[in-house]
Amino acid sequence: MRTAVPEFPEARLRELADRYAAAVAAKRRRVWLGSAVLIAATIAAGWMGDVNLWSFAENFWRLPAYFASIAPKFSFSTAWVDLSEWLWGLPRWTRLLGDTLLIAYMGTLTGAMCGFVLCFLASANLVRSRTTVFVTRRVLEFCRTVPEIVFALIFVLAFGLGPLPGVLAIAIHTTGALGKQFAEVVENIDSKPIEGIAASGGSWLQIVRFGAVPQVLSNFVSYALLRFEINVRGAAVMGFVGAGGIGQDLIEAVRKFYYTDVSAILLLIVVTVMLIDFITERARHRLLGLEGSAA
Amino acid sequence: MNSFSFENQAGIVERHPDIFRPDWWHRGKIAIGVGGAVALFLFGIVQLEIPFHRLSDGMVRLGGFVQLMLPPHPGSWAEVLKYLHALGETVSIAFLGTLGGALLALPVSLLAARNVVANRIVHFLTRRSLDTIRGVDILIWALIWVGIVGLGPFAGILAVICSDFGTFGKLFSEAIEAADKNPAEGVQSSGGNHLHSVRFGLLPQVFPILLSQVLYYFESNTRSATIIGIVGAGGIGLQLAEQIRVLEWQKVSFLILLILMTVSAIDWISGKLRFAIIGQRPIA
Repeated sequence: MRTAVPEFPEARLRELADRYAAAVAAKRRRVWLGSAVLIAATIAAGWMGDVNLWSFAENFWRLPAYFASIAPKFSFSTAWVDLSEWLWGLPRWTRLLGDTLLIAYMGTLTGAMCGFVLCFLASANLVRSRTTVFVTRRVLEFCRTVPEIVFALIFVLAFGLGPLPGVLAIAIHTTGALGKQFAEVVENIDSKPIEGIAASGGSWLQIVRFGAVPQVLSNFVSYALLRFEINVRGAAVMGFVGAGGIGQDLIEAVRKFYYTDVSAILLLIVVTVMLIDFITERARHRLLGLEGSAA
Repeated sequence: MNSFSFENQAGIVERHPDIFRPDWWHRGKIAIGVGGAVALFLFGIVQLEIPFHRLSDGMVRLGGFVQLMLPPHPGSWAEVLKYLHALGETVSIAFLGTLGGALLALPVSLLAARNVVANRIVHFLTRRSLDTIRGVDILIWALIWVGIVGLGPFAGILAVICSDFGTFGKLFSEAIEAADKNPAEGVQSSGGNHLHSVRFGLLPQVFPILLSQVLYYFESNTRSATIIGIVGAGGIGLQLAEQIRVLEWQKVSFLILLILMTVSAIDWISGKLRFAIIGQRPIA
């Protein structure tokens, strides 16, 4: 097939070329302006944040040196003895890791329950009263914006040292985070089942129970699992402020320069986090698959 | 028209027995799941030694703290200035940390993307190291950097860089793998080498997505940057932890308010920027 390419007159061509050049120049100006703003902000932030590249370059060797010093001593002839020496605290650390996982679990479950209750009050498609929606949303926002470790710091003073403040801090943060995500899911549901139940005289609770919950449950569980994964990381550092779990031992090991303990605990934390990531990802894929087949 | 009265119910049940027969298998699975979850929760209460009287005592004490927090008050003007300076540090930590993490993660994410580097060993090793870096919480990174460069916001910046490096590396490489491969093939078919195809075929496609992710993480890093001061890495968290330790509750609530306002301001600004630069794109 032959197509004739239209030949523009010279004046029209020049006009188009000029317009193209202007567009390119405008884009280039925008990029330059953006870069200038970025560089200015970087310099300001560097000044504010006490960035000292010179001392950084002077001290940088300490990073590999630090990792070299926390690395366990291994030699081939005594590998087994070295390993058991490195992991000498394994029974204690495993128990503490178990505690950390339990803290994350209990916090996530409690938070998910509270989020589950609150999300329906925060959904504009289920609740008439704008005040209720507004207030619930602000409460959820407060819960998730204040970092959980700040809640933990305050709760340690109120409830005493131990896992309880950690669980509560994670629960509150989870309520805020999941409540918001849940509410977004609820606002996107199909409105026909709800209208059906309302039309046949169902109460508000019945509307929620039979109209909304069946549509959103698998999505909720998927979000809760993702949150559990995040909370395991959070629970690992709760011990920094005395709120239970493995973090306590880690911060002590770092502060007292028990070098090989640092690497052993870090390794255990990383392995646990990866394992949990792996398992919850599997579970979430299955859940999302279920949702696809149901639809 | 049929009415759904009770006389009719028997007939309906008879005509559609499958719908009305309880599915014991399904119910059993749900019961086992719920029962297991509750049992684990109870086990946790026992294992973590959570007595109920401590819960109620604590609630009472917490109520007392909240009363002491009201109204929020910063103390003197000198202290307000100190807090504002700390706030500036926090925003700087978040900004430089996000920027540095993104700049470092860009080349590495190319290595971790299957459609750029075909070598499976490189791909695998890069992915696993990114996972390891991400598995270490930002507070732990802050702790390590405080040991290396000393107390102060610089340690915080480095901690955010490290933790973001792991996150961005993964997110970027996923965005790159999801990119359309036709432009890259086009560049190669017209004589470009592999680097050309990455530069002109791939990066222009994914750049807006990456930018959107970076802006999104700037918000979330502002939250993280507010707390890494707790282990001595600068910013407003340091002030907050100190005031909590000395039980200056009015200052604590003032600082919390300050943090809330900053985080929502950054949320707002970066949201605006995101829409202005790239329009409304989904994250990840």
